[in-house]
Amino acid sequence: MKKIMYVMLIMVLVTGGLFAQGTKESGGMVSTDGSTSMEKVIGALGEQFMADNPGVTFTYNPTGSGSGITAVSEGRCDIGLSSRALKDAEKAQGLKETVLAYDGIAIIVNNDNPVSNLSLDQIAKMYTGQITNWKEVGGKDAPIVLIGREAGSGTRDGFESITNTKDKNKYRQELTSTGDVIATVGRNTDAIGYASLASVKATVKAVTVGGVVPSEKTVKDGSYVVQRPFMLVTKTGTPLSATAQKFFDYITSAKASSIISASGVVSAN
Amino acid sequence: MKQSKSLKRTVERVIQTIFLLLGLATVGSVLLITVYIIISGIPAIREIGLVDFLFGKKWASTATPPSYGILPFILTSVYGTGGAILLGVPVGFLTAVYLSKVAPKRVKEIVSEAVSLLAGIPSVVYGLVGMLVLVPAIRSVFGVPDGASLLAAIIVLSVMILPSIVKVSITALDAVPEEYEQASLALGATKMETWFRVSVPAAKSGIAAAIVLGVGRAIGEAMAVMMVSGNVPNMPELFQSVRFLTTAVASEMSYSSGLQRQALFSIALVLYLFILLINAVFNMLLKGGKKQ
Repeated sequence: MKKIMYVMLIMVLVTGGLFAQGTKESGGMVSTDGSTSMEKVIGALGEQFMADNPGVTFTYNPTGSGSGITAVSEGRCDIGLSSRALKDAEKAQGLKETVLAYDGIAIIVNNDNPVSNLSLDQIAKMYTGQITNWKEVGGKDAPIVLIGREAGSGTRDGFESITNTKDKNKYRQELTSTGDVIATVGRNTDAIGYASLASVKATVKAVTVGGVVPSEKTVKDGSYVVQRPFMLVTKTGTPLSATAQKFFDYITSAKASSIISASGVVSAN
Repeated sequence: MKQSKSLKRTVERVIQTIFLLLGLATVGSVLLITVYIIISGIPAIREIGLVDFLFGKKWASTATPPSYGILPFILTSVYGTGGAILLGVPVGFLTAVYLSKVAPKRVKEIVSEAVSLLAGIPSVVYGLVGMLVLVPAIRSVFGVPDGASLLAAIIVLSVMILPSIVKVSITALDAVPEEYEQASLALGATKMETWFRVSVPAAKSGIAAAIVLGVGRAIGEAMAVMMVSGNVPNMPELFQSVRFLTTAVASEMSYSSGLQRQALFSIALVLYLFILLINAVFNMLLKGGKKQ
């Protein structure tokens, strides 16, 4: 009998706890949701914001650009994060974009690949299957293995719109994360892939595009052409909560630009 | 005296209600998922057309205009599962016969432990090992440009289904009455003849159930195959990059929107129907086994 009482007491407490969490007030909280490519930069900004404003909670949900945009339009987060420009249909739903930063997309090959420079045109031809062997671009005689991202990925969208290869890509592999792309290219000497410049490590080689080294400087002055915007997505008409507005103002101010640069992307403000 | 009896009855009733509620929670989850997946899976099929959806050979969900044909995924799932069964069942079945009939008690304990451990390994670990070891190995052994392929997925799946095949088969073989085997031996049959002509046929419905269970596990696996199969919606070929029903849903879900998202739910519905079918077969086999 006593045991049962305990069990019931525990059950009441647990359910009580669940409801308490569910109804928690969102005052002093900023929630962001979206692009996995923006994890590094938004994480650093969130940490700094929390340090500057004690008691404020910052959350980031790494779901992807599409999900982030949906989340903000459904009111499930304050600020949506997108690594592509909004589509017209999304703007028509009453969403507004603000550029936070520019991200360079690095074209990566295996460290043992002798090719170190490609033109944008060559990259486009490789990905659409017009160039299929490395020797055609000055490498050894080996088939080119094209590694890409899944449909809907912000990086893929950015890459395809810059190289103008939308719907024409002949991918050998479509992987679901930047890390997978880097790992796969690092393991296959004939592979080529693309990944956010900020996440490229020494395990792979980023080629120069048209002779321009991908770097913060070349992305900022526009000479490195494979780049895309990092967007903050908000609802027009619905004002942000005071805390969220403060966060928005902070990250788009000049004060935040050093933190943005430190995470490997180029600040827009 | 009377009062305490009625108190006992009340307590009994309260406990029964609690148990009933807990039981209903399980049933409720199944119902909720079924209803949800049907409701969210139907609209896209209506819009695309059942025949175009099921038998369309091209999947290009973000292209303009998009095409939503899932035949490549269905065939890949069927071939992938079939291949895994072809590789995994002989190994699993013979392992089970060995462990149940031949192995000394100590060996049986150790190997059973290892099999259980294999069952407990998270699928992402299978995927990781597959991605970093198996895929490069296939590339160098077969001389193909890239190792991420249907073959890699089949090999990973065949290892993943081993535990369910081995364990269920052992249970079935252990349950064969000892008298059958003794009678066979007494009639002059060798041990080998006894195991394969008497024990295995006697346990056949259980072994068949083990295989169906393996099919269910293989067709539902997403994480591990996603990491080794390349995920391009090609028609299945052994050394080609392919996409399964499960990975079609998993790889695009996070970024999807509109009809693309609805179509993913429809794929999930198709997958769900496959699983229901497999479960029905499984139950039939188990019932058939009991009748005998």
